Amino acid sequence: MEKGNSCCFSIMMVPNSIVVLIAINIIIVIRIFYVIHQSSKPLRNLSLEPVSTLIILGSGGHTAEMLNLIRGLQKNRFTPRVYVAASTDNMSLQKAQVLEASVVDQTGAGKVKEAAQFMQIYRSREVGQSYLTSVGTTLIALVHALFLMIKIRPQVILCNGPGTCFPLCVIAFLFKVLGVRWSSIFYVESIARVRRLSLSGLLLYKLRIADLIFVQWPQLQRKYPRTNYVGCLM
Amino acid sequence: MGGGVDDNGVKPKKTVFVTVGTTCFDALVKAVDTQEVTEELSRKGYTHLVIQMGRGTYIPTKSAGEDGGLTVDYFTFSSSIAEYLKSASLVISHAGSGSIFETLGLGKPLIVVVNEDLMDNHQSELAEELAERKHLFYARPQTLYQTIEGMNLETLIPYLPGDAMPVAKIINRFLGFPDD
Repeated sequence: MEKGNSCCFSIMMVPNSIVVLIAINIIIVIRIFYVIHQSSKPLRNLSLEPVSTLIILGSGGHTAEMLNLIRGLQKNRFTPRVYVAASTDNMSLQKAQVLEASVVDQTGAGKVKEAAQFMQIYRSREVGQSYLTSVGTTLIALVHALFLMIKIRPQVILCNGPGTCFPLCVIAFLFKVLGVRWSSIFYVESIARVRRLSLSGLLLYKLRIADLIFVQWPQLQRKYPRTNYVGCLM
Repeated sequence: MGGGVDDNGVKPKKTVFVTVGTTCFDALVKAVDTQEVTEELSRKGYTHLVIQMGRGTYIPTKSAGEDGGLTVDYFTFSSSIAEYLKSASLVISHAGSGSIFETLGLGKPLIVVVNEDLMDNHQSELAEELAERKHLFYARPQTLYQTIEGMNLETLIPYLPGDAMPVAKIINRFLGFPDD
């Protein structure tokens, strides 16, 4: 009995570190599945405290759609709001500032500085940039995204593509897995997507990173059954 | 929407506004700058043609409209695109969603011309869908003339602006906020 035990033990001695590694991996996988499962369920926000919100502005039409959504949200619930746009996009943050200024006008309180912040993020790849140099720029963009996410640690993320939002959403998901911060990630597919999801939308859908994905055309919802059809935002 | 009706009636000045946004879309500018298209627009009662040509290199022919034809003018970019859209009786636009919804929101008749030179051309999806729903006319640079010739503005159905409330509601419920 005792002999058998020590024999077993000596066999176990060698791969001990491997066993630990396997155990850690299993725990991580279980945690990832748990996070994905929890993400698909509504929160029980009994305290009704306002939620810090990260709003990722795409550019052009994407920004217009996102700001339309922000107009429809209760500002006292989704506060403070941090707007992020690509550093090459100088229009989006301006438009967001105009919107936030009108919120201040409506409420009569001069608190735009407290309620809303505006930040720029490096883009991983410019249109037409070579794939070779984009490896380096993608790394810089990822580090910058990580830095921003550590700083912001939002409870809610609103995004609608294109690529700018993807690294931020991945980091948010990692934060959920690691227990750093629980963010609810909402992705609204662009109105321009009628038949197929965009690359960002597809990745967030397939990898189950987004809690909810909204689409603006019914045929798109039929094709991707886990999305939510909400009609046109524009 | 009222603007369209007014312009169809008594006012003699009827402007066609062509916009390519921030893109380069010479194929559209070229297609507009042909005799058959300008003559057809003139026949349809339009008096002015203003082309926003963006980053394109093709320069359209200016015209003061002396011979009773269209008055043609162009520019590259402007911060007051909205003003041009408002004063137009017909808009011919690239397929960008910003341009499309700004025009539809103003209730202006719209022809969307798809840029076939773009790779991954998902933009045609939106234009095709909205054309199927009769909110606009859909053309390619080669078919612009036929589209203008055959178009009947009466068949267009006004586009009702979208609503962000359904999304806002779902997000609120998901986060545990009560409906107001």
